[in-house]
Amino acid sequence: MVLSRRGVVYSVPSFSFGRKYMVILIKFKFMSLIRLLFLLALVGVFTPAHARGTYQEPADFLSEVFQGDVPEPNIIWLKDGLKEQVEEILSHRYKGRRIRYWHKENRIVWILEEVGKKKPITTGIVINSGRIEKIKVLIFRESRGWEVRYPFFTKQYIDSGLKAGNKLDKTIDGISGATLSVRALTKLARIALLLSKQITQNVTK
Amino acid sequence: MQKVNQLVRQTLALGVVATALASPFALAETTVGGYGELHYNNLDKNGTDSASIDFHRYVLFIEHEFNNKTRFVSEFELEHALAGDGKPGEVELEQAYVEIDLDKNSNVKTGVFLIPVGILNETHEPTTFYGVERNPVEKNIIPTTWWEAGVMYSANTDAGISYDVAIHSGLNEAAGAIRDGRQKVAKANAESLAYTARVKYTGTPGLEVAGSVNVQDDMSQGTVAGGVGATLVTVHAKYKKGALGLIALHAAWDVDVATDLKGQSGTVLEASYKVSEKMGVFVRQDSWTNDNGVSDKTQSNLGVNYWPHEDVVFKFDIQAQNSDAGNADGFNLGVGYQF
Repeated sequence: MVLSRRGVVYSVPSFSFGRKYMVILIKFKFMSLIRLLFLLALVGVFTPAHARGTYQEPADFLSEVFQGDVPEPNIIWLKDGLKEQVEEILSHRYKGRRIRYWHKENRIVWILEEVGKKKPITTGIVINSGRIEKIKVLIFRESRGWEVRYPFFTKQYIDSGLKAGNKLDKTIDGISGATLSVRALTKLARIALLLSKQITQNVTK
Repeated sequence: MQKVNQLVRQTLALGVVATALASPFALAETTVGGYGELHYNNLDKNGTDSASIDFHRYVLFIEHEFNNKTRFVSEFELEHALAGDGKPGEVELEQAYVEIDLDKNSNVKTGVFLIPVGILNETHEPTTFYGVERNPVEKNIIPTTWWEAGVMYSANTDAGISYDVAIHSGLNEAAGAIRDGRQKVAKANAESLAYTARVKYTGTPGLEVAGSVNVQDDMSQGTVAGGVGATLVTVHAKYKKGALGLIALHAAWDVDVATDLKGQSGTVLEASYKVSEKMGVFVRQDSWTNDNGVSDKTQSNLGVNYWPHEDVVFKFDIQAQNSDAGNADGFNLGVGYQF
């Protein structure tokens, strides 16, 4: 029964699919739909850029670095204690025995991967005369730590070399909430510098 | 030369050039991670010695990638080692959501997720913060760890700004006691919902500045006429330059009640210094009130973290509380890990 504003009592079915649907719809309308629209409106205000995915194909990175004249790849074997040094930088085991690189004049280019939290970060690194000329995240797959792919972060590595203990000789300021991605990128930079140093020494010999 | 470039492209397309330094399981569709922490607390509480040892948290993460745009993320936690009737611990499902990428920088989470407020609520692995115990302001005011069920949209921009907006289940405590109001998505009353929005800036290496707002439509979940609305505002800044680290956080609730629970707020200030790659020292001051300033609680901590491995930490700190906070003075020891 429903009491009208004029005090008239109307009898309505106590069980009605139509009425139930209407009540549900009204409830949904006020409790969810408007709020969902509010959320979507907020979302639409922003025009985001990119964070997860492929930003540059490794082949395009190589082509860009060598201005279309990409040398044939070489291989460095991880022997004579080199593997142990790589593992020390990584802080975990590395099962590979060789790593590929591209070498032309004073520039050595590496395309390396290391896991941030859960997924590997594919990174291109250019070493020029023992220092980092360029470092770029090519493929980022993590849910967090997206900041490491932007130049405002990677520019810190430019011109960095190696000091004792295979550490970078420049201070890299981290990003809160992206600690593991920062750590991964720093490890790759150190490994690229270490291996490049080894290659240069071998060439000199 | 074109042939060389073509060869490089083909080789890369086969996926054999990028040198994976990661574990061989890195590309598996299902990944397992976790963290844990054992605590020893030796405190004098109002003249009574109290020593306890507790495996405070044992956590497992399981994530599954359905494809490169859709994944499931979960966090399963055993608190205080032993759960059950009359036991001190709890088994908790703190995260369990499906995340779908809308584009390369934005996604929608649907399910149980951590509320994006404060510093520790989303990132609380023991290796990431100083002190054996989490700071009391985030615990008693925010209240960390706080998770709800709902929908959250997250995105970021190339200027280093990220934002999150969420509609989710609400607190359920008509009197306005915030921490007690967490329903933990356990047959939770969802008569009244809540909303959270956060904006965060991390565009300068070493700096994080963030602010968030959480609005509770009705903390009574329909049991009090007119409802019990509540609003939380948090702001924080983290700055790390070289060995120096600084943290400042403020959180304040305005609860629509006529009691002392109306105003609940707190502030954390922390300074830390990495004396070496493996060791850091810190000092922290917490001040908070859960009764609109009737009591003024403070806690000071001074201690050291030692990381023998980047994912393992040993901790020691001494703490001193004022009488409003409970006069729990003494020292804490801890060991934590993540993987």
